[in-house]
Amino acid sequence: MTERVGVYVCHCGSNIAGTVDVVDVANWAAEKLGRQGVIIAREYKFMCSSLGQELIEKDIKELGLTRVVVAACSPHLHEKTFRTAAKNAGLNPYLVELASIREQVSWVHSDKAVATAKAKAVVSGAVSRVIENRPLEEIKVPINPNTLVVGGGIAGIQSALEIANAGFHVYLVEREPSIGGHMAQFDKTFPTLDCSACILTPRMVEAGTHPNITLLTWSEVTNVAGYVGNFHVTIKKKARFINEELCTGCGICQEKCPKKVIDDVYEAGLGYRKAVYTPFAQAVPNFPVMDKENCTYFIKGTCKACEKFCPTGAIDFNQQDEMLHIDVGNIVLATGYDLFDARRVSNYGYGRLPNVFTSLEFERLSNAAGPTSGNIVLRDGKTTPKSVGVIHCVGSRDKNFNNYCSVICCMQGLKFAHLVHERTGATVYNFYIDMRTAYKAYDEFYQRVLEEGTLFVRGKVAEVTNAARNEREKGKLIIQVEDTLAGKQRRIPVDMVILSSGLQPRKDAKEVGKMFGISCSMDGWFTEKHPKLDPVSTMTEGIYIVGCAQGPKDIPSSVAQGAAASARVLDKILQKEVALEPIKASVNKEMCSGCRICNGLCPFNAIAFIEDDKVTEINPALCQGCGTCVAACPAGAISGTGFSNEQIIAQIDGLLLRNLEVQEAV
Amino acid sequence: MTAKPKFAMYWAASCGGCEIAVLNTHEKILDVDANFDVVFWPVAMDAKYKDVEAMEDGSILLTLFNGGIRNDENEHIAKLLRQKSKILVAFGSCACEGCIPGLANLSPVGDIVHTAFNTLTTDNPNEVYPRTSYDVPEGELHIPTLSRMVRPLEQVVDVDYFMPGCPPESHQIAAVIDLVIKVVKGEAELPPKGSVIGCGDSTVCDECPRARNVKFIKEFKRIQDIAPIDPTLCLLEQGVPCNGPATRSGCNARCPQAGAQCIGCYGPADGVLDYGARLITAFSSVIDANTPEEIDHILDGIPDPTGQVYRFNLAGSLLKANREAWKVVNGK
Repeated sequence: MTERVGVYVCHCGSNIAGTVDVVDVANWAAEKLGRQGVIIAREYKFMCSSLGQELIEKDIKELGLTRVVVAACSPHLHEKTFRTAAKNAGLNPYLVELASIREQVSWVHSDKAVATAKAKAVVSGAVSRVIENRPLEEIKVPINPNTLVVGGGIAGIQSALEIANAGFHVYLVEREPSIGGHMAQFDKTFPTLDCSACILTPRMVEAGTHPNITLLTWSEVTNVAGYVGNFHVTIKKKARFINEELCTGCGICQEKCPKKVIDDVYEAGLGYRKAVYTPFAQAVPNFPVMDKENCTYFIKGTCKACEKFCPTGAIDFNQQDEMLHIDVGNIVLATGYDLFDARRVSNYGYGRLPNVFTSLEFERLSNAAGPTSGNIVLRDGKTTPKSVGVIHCVGSRDKNFNNYCSVICCMQGLKFAHLVHERTGATVYNFYIDMRTAYKAYDEFYQRVLEEGTLFVRGKVAEVTNAARNEREKGKLIIQVEDTLAGKQRRIPVDMVILSSGLQPRKDAKEVGKMFGISCSMDGWFTEKHPKLDPVSTMTEGIYIVGCAQGPKDIPSSVAQGAAASARVLDKILQKEVALEPIKASVNKEMCSGCRICNGLCPFNAIAFIEDDKVTEINPALCQGCGTCVAACPAGAISGTGFSNEQIIAQIDGLLLRNLEVQEAV
Repeated sequence: MTAKPKFAMYWAASCGGCEIAVLNTHEKILDVDANFDVVFWPVAMDAKYKDVEAMEDGSILLTLFNGGIRNDENEHIAKLLRQKSKILVAFGSCACEGCIPGLANLSPVGDIVHTAFNTLTTDNPNEVYPRTSYDVPEGELHIPTLSRMVRPLEQVVDVDYFMPGCPPESHQIAAVIDLVIKVVKGEAELPPKGSVIGCGDSTVCDECPRARNVKFIKEFKRIQDIAPIDPTLCLLEQGVPCNGPATRSGCNARCPQAGAQCIGCYGPADGVLDYGARLITAFSSVIDANTPEEIDHILDGIPDPTGQVYRFNLAGSLLKANREAWKVVNGK
């Protein structure tokens, strides 16, 4: 049967029409691809608009179209839109093909003639391909109502609570011994100067005690299989050497433990903890963790003080790592950020000059529960600084390190200025490139700090040094900077320098992304589905990203994203089932010779070998249509619906305009 | 009595092995003689091209054409025999897919001539190269001109059937001869035009008795470097790059049964569009490596990838020739 094909070329405003002569493309398709079955070709300003869709629906009904090609944007954006339009008009949605003439043509070319010619080839390929398309039916599978939230910072906690409060079960997995994340380390939060712990800990406790939340701290996800609605997740629950059933969190073990260890994580190296410890007093859960590397018993085979004194016998030196297997329907990634390592900006002297502090160190110094009980003092632990310099944009907006703006550092630097001023009365200088205080009540805070008498120097600091040139500079840290407003070089001696370090993607973000099947941007942050309209979804259905894992952001934005992702998850759960694309691989048993090359390849465990027949089979319920086995099969016995050899070869022939040669020869 | 149907066999760019394979059918060859009138078979009997040119179009019932198209003489005879034959069979790997002579497509034709006539072993100080025509007192002499690429028969003329193998197995040849005789007697029907005949419809693995498991390849090795080789286990699993999984069945897995890996002489199986590409994806799919360095190391175990996966199929593959050889084509 000859197919009746309709071709619809979208202007996308000037997005496509600015570079591609869309009228020419439509006319060409009508004239040259007629023998391929094209009976109508139209162009329209915005095909995705309701009017554009109606155009297609009307033609399907009135002209009896059996195939549709829409030459517009990438299928990622609007394939679903046009498939739905076809479905509404009674045409099987899989008989619609998108020709990407925006992402693959107009956006990557500037020469209009060349771009138009390429657009024609792309359309020709799509027409040849769509003729080989076969009608397919969507497959519905139930959604597992449980959700996995990875990362117990404020974004993850918020997300978990929203879902749990709606009545669905959440597994909250955290790598560290306690939830709380970076926010638990802060003293005050800008711009309101609320006590960070005071606002965070109630949320932590709620998450820790919620009947719908299974809290798995000191745990890491090691494997993810499956797909939206049906993920199978493996979690490694690291040995705490504490029996959680028996532990009451009384803290006697920590008190009795004779081994002091520098706390690099929570106290940023400024304080000590024991070998058996909870990272901070309000930790959730309250069970301690035994640090095997530093525990005297594990090193020398003797001590066991904790065991001796534990009133409930909860210490268990024989505990092993445990592998947990859970099934969930949706996954929220709230894996957070790493702080930029200020050592990398060697001219600022961190690590070399004792009185240069990082932002996290300052957070601990100023924290009433921190190592100095909130006294802001120099590295010697007793001297109060008389002058302090706060350097903004450390590691951010710098081609040598990170190009992006870390968003929070300006406000963080202003907060530091305020706290120093309030607690010590010292003179404070803030060195900034541009002051970025957008968002609610942020600029007012800047005004307040200005009025408090903090001195602002606009310019990128060149160097922090202790090499004095005169009496005034002796024993001080000298900040060398070009004051771009005054138009001169300045040397400003101070007692203390605080580096407002930027944020970086987690060291292992790439591997984590790979495990969950999502990608990272050039900078290393997880990539959202749409930068504006879908910031918490990813290209992998059922996987969401929130908080700083998606990019630098402040606490309110992280909380908002956590809640937003939960709304998306709840939407999925309440739909009860999800429609899966019917793109599946299948084995032609006649052609399969049982070589078993494909047997170990399936990421979804959909492939089974039938010993009796010596052939391989694919379970269509498990197959996700990734195509790995289709490519691997040396006999060409496996084919994928929607991506058959016939379709691909036809598309290549179409792209190369071979379909026209046939036409001219006839 | 009606005249016997006419039979022809021709060799173009080939080694002669296909002819031997036909003779290797032993007494079956007498059936050919009993049922056919052999009108043209240069290796077996004297004949002139002009005799063939004089024949009526379509007067030969069956022509077995072996060898690829390497020069203009091959091309001329291919077109001539197409014109004179009812059934034209691309016989053997060279005619079907180019085979070993097709590997010449890895070089521009000028380089091939240069290598043959001016290398360390061929002293040619005066740079004398063959000329395709030469004037002598008796007139102008010609030798065939090399084509820019070796082409399988199908790329030059319309082919009715394909019979793979390097050479085709004698029992398969005998079966095909039997079939044609039955067709002549009206006892059987020919398969659909374009069919691949004289072979199986699966892959070599289907006929291979070796045990197969899920594969994870840590190292590719030459078969002689593995000691001892397990005689009952899949060769690929033992690290030998065996082409069996992509190769058409029909040989009874002769090589793997004899302890050598399949090198792919029966050509691509039915579902295989490009033989080499299929094998590359298949081999790389089962490489068990975690780092790019490990992958490189494993692949170093296949020192000649083209020879491994395109030994018989280069001229018939999607690429047909390498970039250098293509350049010459486009340059002319």
